[in-house]
Amino acid sequence: MTDQRASPKIRVRNLSVGYGEEPVQKAVSFDVKAGSIFAIMGASGTGKSTILRAMIGLLRPTAGDICFDDVNYWSLSAAKREEGGRRFGMLFQGGALWSSMSAAANVALPLQMFTKLNAASIDALVQVKLSLVGLDSGRDSMPSTLSGGMRQRVGLARALSLDPEILFLDEPSAGLDPISAKRFDDLICELRDGFGVTVVMVSHELQSLFGICDDGVFLDAKTKTAIGHGAPQALRDHCTDPTVHAFMTRTIPGAKTAPAPGATDGAR
Amino acid sequence: MADSPGGSGWATEIRDGDLVLILSRDWTEASFNAAELEATQALLAQGTWKSIRFDSTGIGSWGSSLLAFLSSLRGVARLRHVRFDDSGLPAPARQLIQLIPEDVPPMNTPQRHVGVIARLGESVLDAWTEVLSTTALLGQVLLRTYAGLHGRARMRMTDLLQCLTEAGVAALPVVALVNVLVGGIMAFVGAIELRRFGADVYIANLVGVAEVREMAPIMTAIVMSGRTGSAYAAEIATMQGTEELDALRAIGIAVEDYLVLPRVIALSFMMPLLNLYAAAIGILGGFCIAIVMLHISAQTFLEQIGDAVSITEVMLGIVKSIVFGAWIAIAGCRIGLRAGRSSSDVGHAATTASVAGIVGVIVLDAIFALCANSLNI
Repeated sequence: MTDQRASPKIRVRNLSVGYGEEPVQKAVSFDVKAGSIFAIMGASGTGKSTILRAMIGLLRPTAGDICFDDVNYWSLSAAKREEGGRRFGMLFQGGALWSSMSAAANVALPLQMFTKLNAASIDALVQVKLSLVGLDSGRDSMPSTLSGGMRQRVGLARALSLDPEILFLDEPSAGLDPISAKRFDDLICELRDGFGVTVVMVSHELQSLFGICDDGVFLDAKTKTAIGHGAPQALRDHCTDPTVHAFMTRTIPGAKTAPAPGATDGAR
Repeated sequence: MADSPGGSGWATEIRDGDLVLILSRDWTEASFNAAELEATQALLAQGTWKSIRFDSTGIGSWGSSLLAFLSSLRGVARLRHVRFDDSGLPAPARQLIQLIPEDVPPMNTPQRHVGVIARLGESVLDAWTEVLSTTALLGQVLLRTYAGLHGRARMRMTDLLQCLTEAGVAALPVVALVNVLVGGIMAFVGAIELRRFGADVYIANLVGVAEVREMAPIMTAIVMSGRTGSAYAAEIATMQGTEELDALRAIGIAVEDYLVLPRVIALSFMMPLLNLYAAAIGILGGFCIAIVMLHISAQTFLEQIGDAVSITEVMLGIVKSIVFGAWIAIAGCRIGLRAGRSSSDVGHAATTASVAGIVGVIVLDAIFALCANSLNI
């Protein structure tokens, strides 16, 4: 648990990502400090998840660099990338649990594949991870029988299974009720404080963003690049860009205030 | 730190009547061993202490393995009424250990032991339920087909046309390949035997009758079972997993109408056509072998075929293939509908449908053979 605040854990420079010819996002740059909870924000369809996919090695960027601890990730060989990827934990949207395995087996699989531990040791570690995320029952249930919140928790336990240095979360509180979402946010904070992991999360849930994130980047769909840098709360209070402001205050861009019932934007 | 002898990563001291665990080295997952958890139990059994404390000044980096160790230790301490004093632990570890409930239930649920007789009984009951529900589905399909004839079934024409293409035109190449080879092989094997009796000419009868009556319907059914029956099962099972079936039911579309009916109609309609095509191709295969290997003239072959194959036999082949087609489609859909929701259930459904299709077709063919025999066809 050394303090590495001097050099960023993740450095993204001039990153462009996309499928085919048309870029989804271009020239995006940001730093993620070690031990922070970093938010990638933006409206639906702005390419937040695409950037996340580039960061965890699922999609090669069309241009730019992603460095972890000053090592350029995409310039490594595929084998090295895969090896480095074990330092990451990823929670996919909706959990993406392996549907033919029980909750416990989902968490155990990375341990079985990447460590030489015996079955009893793996069982003990799986038990700890599932307890950490607050899953006290349903360890032997199949994913299809779990509720959305529980699936999300199992997904988080699976992401934690190899004690990652960086935890990537894709819409962690989407689809959860307010209480579960709040609990999940608290859990992420506790795990960050406990394990000292760096968290990168994609989200558009304002309450989560304001509640737990201490840094972030705001992506825009129109200009296809980052238009705001900083903690969500700072962006809300100080950012002058109308799109960012509208997003953070939950208003419609261009409208001075929230439109009254029956009123339009003046485009009649 | 990492070179502490034995690698257990902790040593004990007794200070003021308390047990103190001195933690050292890196507690990484790769070096974790559950056997150490047992050692804690033995340790606390050695004597009576008021509390257990920690000295973590020498600890390296740590992760879940330390938490596993601590939570096990805490459990044992609780049972023995020894106070668990976590103040000597690193602050983050203290925070995390509080997230873990103290009375973690044991992971390993005991396996239910079922006797052989009970298992046999269960599988018989399961099979019987399956027979009942497949029959029910068949009945439903018949009723809905009748309703469909009066334009009352909720089935879209586009779906039916797509199923017809998929089960018809798209299957032509593979059906042709299989049947031309089967026809050729039959002529080839027959030729060797018939030549010994100087009965070369009857190769036409052999190929013609066998193709029209048996080989074309059976081979086509086997191909379609592996190709289309399993595809139906996999498709419907996937829809089960993604709640698409529930979505259909929720807006009041009967799955039997929307999914099963077009498939059963398409396959029952296309199988006889494929069968005729397959028989013709199979005879062509035999024809080529007969001309090339046995030097029978084309005219003789065709005359022999004309004599040997009666219209009744062609009809028998057609009736068979209608039944085979209906069976393959119903079995495929039924297996898809009762599949579970996981990814392996989809694979299982596809395999089961293909096997059930083939086995069912052969059983049905045996029944047809018995009936045809008593009717002197």
